Amino acid sequence: MSQKITNYPGHEITHEDQKERRYLDIEYKFVPRYSWAAGVAISRFLDELKEGRIIARKCNQCERILVPPRMYCEQCYRPTDQWVQIKDTGTVNTFSISHVGTDARRLKTPILVAVVDLDGASPGMGILHNLGEVEPSNIRIGMKVQAVWKQPSERQGAITDIRYFKPLEA
Amino acid sequence: MTPGLSTRELMFEAASRAYEDAGIDPRKDVQSFVCCTEDFWEGISITDEYMPDQLGAVLRPLCTISSDGIIGLATACMHIMSGVADVAVVESHSKLSDVLNPSEIMSFGFDPVYAHNHIDVDPRFLAGMEMARYLKDSGTRREDCAQVAVKNKKNALSNPRAVHAASLDKKTVLNSQPTASPLTELESSKGIDASIVFVLASAKKARKLGDHTVWIRGIGWSSDTPVVEDRDFGWADYVEQAASRAYKMAGIGVPASYFNLAEVDDTYSYKELQSIEALKLAKKGKAGRMLESGSFDHDGRLPVNASGGSLGVGHLLEATGLHRTLEAVLQLRGQAGSLQIPKAKKALVQSWRGLPTATGAVAVLSN
Amino acid sequence: MLESPKELSFEASRMALDAAGLTLKDIQSVVSGSAPDAFDGVHMKGEYYLDGMGAIGKPHQRVYVGGGTGVFTPIGGWWNVASGMYDTCLCVAEEKMSPLHPHPQYAFWSIFDQILERPLGTTLLWIFSLEMRRYMHKYGIKEEEIAEVAVKNKGNAIDHPCAQLGAKITVDDVMNSEPICSPVKRLDVSPPSDGAAAVVLASERVAKKLTDEPVWLDGVGWTLDTTHWTNRDLAYPEYVEKAAKMAYKMAGIKNPRKEIDIAEPYDPFDYKELHHLEGLQLAGKGEAPKMTVDGVTQRDGDLPVCPSGGLLGVGNPIAAAGMMKICELFWQLRGEAGKRQVKKDARTGVAQAWGDLMQVGTVTVMRR
Repeated sequence: MSQKITNYPGHEITHEDQKERRYLDIEYKFVPRYSWAAGVAISRFLDELKEGRIIARKCNQCERILVPPRMYCEQCYRPTDQWVQIKDTGTVNTFSISHVGTDARRLKTPILVAVVDLDGASPGMGILHNLGEVEPSNIRIGMKVQAVWKQPSERQGAITDIRYFKPLEA
Repeated sequence: MTPGLSTRELMFEAASRAYEDAGIDPRKDVQSFVCCTEDFWEGISITDEYMPDQLGAVLRPLCTISSDGIIGLATACMHIMSGVADVAVVESHSKLSDVLNPSEIMSFGFDPVYAHNHIDVDPRFLAGMEMARYLKDSGTRREDCAQVAVKNKKNALSNPRAVHAASLDKKTVLNSQPTASPLTELESSKGIDASIVFVLASAKKARKLGDHTVWIRGIGWSSDTPVVEDRDFGWADYVEQAASRAYKMAGIGVPASYFNLAEVDDTYSYKELQSIEALKLAKKGKAGRMLESGSFDHDGRLPVNASGGSLGVGHLLEATGLHRTLEAVLQLRGQAGSLQIPKAKKALVQSWRGLPTATGAVAVLSN
Repeated sequence: MLESPKELSFEASRMALDAAGLTLKDIQSVVSGSAPDAFDGVHMKGEYYLDGMGAIGKPHQRVYVGGGTGVFTPIGGWWNVASGMYDTCLCVAEEKMSPLHPHPQYAFWSIFDQILERPLGTTLLWIFSLEMRRYMHKYGIKEEEIAEVAVKNKGNAIDHPCAQLGAKITVDDVMNSEPICSPVKRLDVSPPSDGAAAVVLASERVAKKLTDEPVWLDGVGWTLDTTHWTNRDLAYPEYVEKAAKMAYKMAGIKNPRKEIDIAEPYDPFDYKELHHLEGLQLAGKGEAPKMTVDGVTQRDGDLPVCPSGGLLGVGNPIAAAGMMKICELFWQLRGEAGKRQVKKDARTGVAQAWGDLMQVGTVTVMRR
């Protein structure tokens, strides 16, 4: 604020004020509903997940193997060329231990989250997923991990068909 | 509807075609990308995040303007005029097929305190109210509005892009299911999917790029009050204001005789007539009569929505303005096929952001 | 705050117009900036609040690049004026996060990929903590060094009249604060807030009539990186570098570290100030922490950074936060910042904001 201004408009209220509804408010719930078309690339990705496999796309010009797969290479700006099966193992690129949920409430059991660079894809091609079967204090960047899949009958063709990634047995 | 393609894949298709047509490589030749999207139509907060890759804009200047496509064109113009870009790309799209409750989303745009929670009906009641007032104030006949739907849906039969073309008569339109009287369903455009991409360039660059250039001579946009109750429902102030800015920029004195064709807002049938009058293409209250006498037909003195408009082709949410522009550009390039208006040289395009807004934009194009 | 989005916008716009000695009639166009519609709870909120921004009957554009919006709003104003289309432009950034229940953070769940990320229960804190850890790992930076930024900024904020979290804290306080999403702890983060800020931009001709001390927007830049943030190395913000280079080129700056006197990078988390300083070419890669520990970035240092108190101290109403930084530079460059005034004679400042999925960099260079 400028030192020239002496009158500051605005009335600050606290979370308690809001909770106790000390001021007039109008509450409403709104539920927008969508059914997003996954498109060609992600539909195939999800189909493969259902089969317990991870699939990527290759751009023959830059020769990168891209995951999550996409029908266009954003660097070369051209359609990608072929499907490539990659492994369900990888390396932890970065990780975190979350103690709060999506609505900022504290969680009883922290969620372990990581970006896993997948083997078989180009270097640095990671996906976001959870980690499991590991003590938080033992997680390291560079750690080798492998996917733990749901039972075939439980899989739906979703990213959650992989339960989490666990440390690769030596 | 495009269930087989994701929004991003749809955009890639459109952008690839545009870049091919312009003869440019987005990774090298473009200095600014502008997208026109609204979060709730996409189902994503900060839709801007999902724009760059498919447009070739990774690690390039890309921004999102939450407004109609023509305002996106104006933004790109300002980028070029300010010198920050020589070539700018504008994109907008509609993927309405992904949205399951579009009516509720439209209602969600209404004032949360005074309107949204108390009125539990199809939000198009606002269009019904506006239509009633327009008919009264302008003296336009009810059947003239129906004729707009007849004209546009018939025009659309020749448009390869059209989804809602039909051969109807006024009686059928008037007797169709009421949406919010006096508006009927056949006079209310329906949403479709599409992605539209334009490549703009400075004059110097455009001359190097090809011989199909269409020039933007003037562009203007304006917003009336969001407080719905304060508006003059009968007259489209926002169109008049936007048009006067565009006309001033283009140096147009008498719009009514200047243009060879016009693509104007027809989200609802009465909107076409109301916009025509606010655009000064017809005197106040006279648009209905001129329509009846055939002035705005495909072979009339001033073809309006020869493409079929939103009523005939389909409505494209924020991309509607770009749709109007696309149809006009094809005309000016002589690439409109069976829709072609002979000797098309000067076109007017106008759009509206839809309920509950009073925001619109106008552009003057020539070849 | 009690005020509605329209009222917040009005208060900020009114203050800006008064400071410029103008009325709404003198304004030819309006650019507004506000981040997710989900916070205010209105679809197309750019249309909803435009009366509060004085945009009735005027050409209005709402720019929206996530968190980068605050610094992008005056960039929008810049192209309105620099293009020659308008002589004056009112730029207003507004954010009201408090309406969303149970917690504003919830809106951020919807910024993630619907198919690949949301089903995992992704929160905004995840991506920042993942980035923080990668940054620390690559350059061998310790949490204590990063905590110094929180100490500095919250301390600076004590002198800001609008500050939410101005306080004198220590590195130990930060290290002992509640872990939220490791390595991010409570005192490493800025709070959700309500606020609005505004500036008036004018062409050279008009500005010279209005004041003897204009501050010029000499350089603007913005860049957006790929949607696929999991395919990037998060340790370095390349998008900030590109945006900064675009702005520096326009402003004729060849050696940023020497030519920039004062910086307001975006600091929603303490590590971000460091990350962004490196992207802004004001510190070498991995070297920003040392600058902080050495006191270079204090108000009396050689390169004061966030003398306002930044987002960590003042608050983080997403879009308005970036604009707050623009306003701070304006006052600093004119010597009006009162208790927050930096010691050195500041002539050139840089403001930067960041947003989307850690993709967008928006940069402005301001000069007296």
